[in-house]
Amino acid sequence: MQGVEPKIIVFLCHWCSYEGADAAGRGRKEFPSGNLREIRVMCSGRVDPRLVLEAFRLGADGVLILGCAPGDCHYKRGNIQALKRIPLLERILQQNGINNDRFKFDSVSAGDGEKYARIAGEMVERLRGQGSKNHA
Amino acid sequence: MPEKPKIALYWCSGCGGCEESVIDLSEDLLELQRRADIVFWPVALDSRLKDLEALGNGEIDLTLINGAIRLHEQAHMARLLRRKSKLVVAHGTCAHLGGIVGLGNFHSVPEILARSFREVPTVKNPGGILPGGFKEDSVRGPKLSGLTDKVMALDQVIDVDYYIPGCPPPPELVGEAVWAVLEGRLPEKGFVFGDRKTLCHTCPRLDSKPEQISLKGFKRVHETKWDMEKCFLPQGVICLGPATRGGCDSRCIQANMPCRGCFGPLETMEDHGAGILSFIASMIDAEHEDEIRRITDAIPDPGGLFYRYSAPHSILGGGKGPRT
Repeated sequence: MQGVEPKIIVFLCHWCSYEGADAAGRGRKEFPSGNLREIRVMCSGRVDPRLVLEAFRLGADGVLILGCAPGDCHYKRGNIQALKRIPLLERILQQNGINNDRFKFDSVSAGDGEKYARIAGEMVERLRGQGSKNHA
Repeated sequence: MPEKPKIALYWCSGCGGCEESVIDLSEDLLELQRRADIVFWPVALDSRLKDLEALGNGEIDLTLINGAIRLHEQAHMARLLRRKSKLVVAHGTCAHLGGIVGLGNFHSVPEILARSFREVPTVKNPGGILPGGFKEDSVRGPKLSGLTDKVMALDQVIDVDYYIPGCPPPPELVGEAVWAVLEGRLPEKGFVFGDRKTLCHTCPRLDSKPEQISLKGFKRVHETKWDMEKCFLPQGVICLGPATRGGCDSRCIQANMPCRGCFGPLETMEDHGAGILSFIASMIDAEHEDEIRRITDAIPDPGGLFYRYSAPHSILGGGKGPRT
């Protein structure tokens, strides 16, 4: 299904990446905000793998989890807890037919609107090329 | 004398272990025979489809169906038994969650057929012939039934009243479920016979489970020896007890093997694999992505391990084939 605009669920942590997304807007960065569905959570470590699976089941074309930079977590180690789940979650998704272009974990600091715009833009760009989520 | 309650048992896609769990009722099986009429049980009795069809709707009091639904014929039989029965119990993990058979959902039907009939080294099939020409309703025809697009747990095909987990279920649980129904002690609909807490709560090795577990690596059972008295997890052997329903009498643990998750998740966990993934990740003692990847790469097949018994009932369902 070429030409369909990808929908991406973005989990943003309250303390850093949500502020980063805000900064992207305030700084008038160009990024595909219409493709993003942002969900604010208190910490990236709070994003249970179940929520990612559920997002894909409900039709998300991609899922982004953005936390604080290593060492900057408001709860000290929440972003590390999130990071520890990522490699296994990527492989579970692959085995369920969802390739890793569709799922990414990264960090965005509070003022870094530039990075938020870049990460979100890159994912949307990659998924535009792939069309809607397939199960091949 | 009032008529005895009628019972039926049926075997779908499974290994037969669940049928064995009925035989393992041993003396209680004779008691069952005294207290109920077994009207349909193809594996053990001379049961005929036409006799089942001749029964009125709802005439059977209790039907136990084991095995997942992998063939159109099984879906047909499940629907027929549902019509004829007041209560239907999903008997064993395959019927409950999809079971080992459910791992088929990580592959498409053409992949499975090609593997089974063409690629396996022990198969000699020079013409590359695949079974085919299936009809939706093959019960009466001479042809073999076709595969459904995906493996399904019983409640993905028909309404199910109760569940007996386990691969196979302990005979005590089968007995508990059967007596509960025969004696009119009916639990609420959807009840899963088994504990309401995880296996760890009743594990004989619980005392040696540390508050916090930090691991630099995972070991597979053939790669290591472990202390037979102590919790598997701090020894680096993955045991699924923390994310799996108890009620199995710690059978595997008592045989010195880690839990593989056959009782499935608790009601509060929608996706068994997601719960397993979370607790395994929490034990990793590393902070950098490279090292985390190195540690988790020691798990060769996370999908197969985390969803060994529950792929059809998982959120993504295994992925291959059309989505339901």
